[in-house]
Amino acid sequence: MSVCKGIMTNLSNDEVKHIAKLSRLELTQEEIDKYTDQLSSVLEYVEKLNEVNTGDTEPTANIAGLNDVFRDDEVVVSGISHEEIGKNAPEFKDGLLVVPGVFE
Amino acid sequence: MQLYSLTVKDASDKLAKGDITSVELTKSILGRIKQVEPKVKAYITLCEEEALQSAKASDERRKNGKTLSEIDGIPVSLKDVFLTKNLKTTAASKMLEDFIPPFDSTVVKRLKDAGCVILGKVNTDEFTMGSSCENSAFGPTHNPWDLDRVPGGSSGGSAAAVAADECIFSLGTDTGGSIRQPASFCSTVGMKNTYGLVSRYGVISYASSFDTIGPLTKTVEDAAIVLNIIAGNDPHDSTTVVEEIPDYKKFLKKDLRGKLIGVPKEFYAKGLNPEVAKILDNAKKVLVRLGAKVEEVSLPLTEYAIATYYILVKSEASSNMSRYDGIRYGHSALKSGIENNETGLEEIYFKSREEGFGPEVKRSIMLGTYTLSAGYYDAFYKKAAKVRTKIKEEYEKLFEKYDVLIAPVSPFPAFKIGEKINDPLSMYLADVDTVSINIAGIPAMSVQAGFTESDNLPVGMQIIGPMHGEGKIFEVASAYQSATDHHLKKPMIS
Repeated sequence: MSVCKGIMTNLSNDEVKHIAKLSRLELTQEEIDKYTDQLSSVLEYVEKLNEVNTGDTEPTANIAGLNDVFRDDEVVVSGISHEEIGKNAPEFKDGLLVVPGVFE
Repeated sequence: MQLYSLTVKDASDKLAKGDITSVELTKSILGRIKQVEPKVKAYITLCEEEALQSAKASDERRKNGKTLSEIDGIPVSLKDVFLTKNLKTTAASKMLEDFIPPFDSTVVKRLKDAGCVILGKVNTDEFTMGSSCENSAFGPTHNPWDLDRVPGGSSGGSAAAVAADECIFSLGTDTGGSIRQPASFCSTVGMKNTYGLVSRYGVISYASSFDTIGPLTKTVEDAAIVLNIIAGNDPHDSTTVVEEIPDYKKFLKKDLRGKLIGVPKEFYAKGLNPEVAKILDNAKKVLVRLGAKVEEVSLPLTEYAIATYYILVKSEASSNMSRYDGIRYGHSALKSGIENNETGLEEIYFKSREEGFGPEVKRSIMLGTYTLSAGYYDAFYKKAAKVRTKIKEEYEKLFEKYDVLIAPVSPFPAFKIGEKINDPLSMYLADVDTVSINIAGIPAMSVQAGFTESDNLPVGMQIIGPMHGEGKIFEVASAYQSATDHHLKKPMIS
């Protein structure tokens, strides 16, 4: 296990289960075992970034240096109906997506 | 010469002269597809009838003097991540197996408005995550030069279809090499444009700050013709350029005398296949013979490109993939047995995503979720975003002096199907020559540079330009292609 600023690159089975939960993925035990190994090896590899001195370098999010891009505040009609969009939904009724209740 | 093997330029000249019709051209390609597709497997969806209809409409327009553009009537294939109205768009994923988009992506609209004939949708790694086309939920595409080998990826369907003459040109996407590497593996031209030159609206996202769109063509000239149609501002994509774009054809067939070309030594370090090295050395000699001055340069941060790339890209991917929830569109557990009233919302998310996503997509979501999670964000994501700035600056500094850089596209030619699929890290490392270009947001092209002696496998040369330096790339690539004949060689598909 290698430690840098408290980061572990060697993931445990339980950590992978936790990440899967955050990712909303229901993994099988076989997948969990496989990803534990594979993610650990990738994380171990990317640790080499710590060799780069980034001092006061600013992070880049948009490569062209764009920040806020404004347009006129005008309503533009897409021309696509609710029904057309609903065609791809598993359940669609009266112009609405059907989901299970979220309050108990 | 068969019509299906024509370039965009030659086909459009013949159409303009009335030597051929779009219907004849389209039928020739559909015949070719029937012949080679069982071996190459480039297409996910073929739209024979619709293609013939739009070819007929193009011929009608031409008869009435109402031709829409230089590429009116030219048959094109599209990587299956470009939304096409009323035509299934899968991203090669079980998640979108039955997805019928209600609108066209901007690039598809531009091609339609130009009169192009859409032949169908071609294969890719699932959600473009991969470098071999093996991650497709619908099976791999085969390299037309050696059917046991990968066509590269993720735009492997596009490259294979162009190389096998199953279309006149194709559109692909490039997040970390996905246009250039398959172009190199299949002997086509592949153009990765400056970030923001071509609209991403309606293109299924992988990593939004890296994704770019570009053509895969048989020649450099064809790439310029297609780029003229697809490049430019789109109000639907706020990251697109606002400046007027030049006519890229004016950069073709230029003199290379006085051009200064850099050769970054880090790209030629250990691990480069000696046959690839030899081909690139010969290509360099051609450029020198044409009058360019070539000098060795250094990009020391290249060594950190893969790590930077995978942290940032998988982070963005995990965020982009969260839209697939099994509720609005895409694969849903509600369709595979769960009853809406018997289950909770979360269970639908978990089951739909488990069933709909393949292994590399799950791996990406997991990795990205981890690197973005509380406590790890600074050490991974933010660190990588800072190194990104430094890599960008390193390129900018070189381009103050040099017109373009030349480099390999991949350390090796096309590998065997199955060779790397079980070792994700080695697959990631194969992207070593392409990802830093996406990190820096700059353009680069893969152009046909020769074939290995041992296996007769294609090898591309990468020509890298500064931000919005597509013109400089076209100048060098066009001069190189005019002086060589590698692009004229065709695979024997058997």
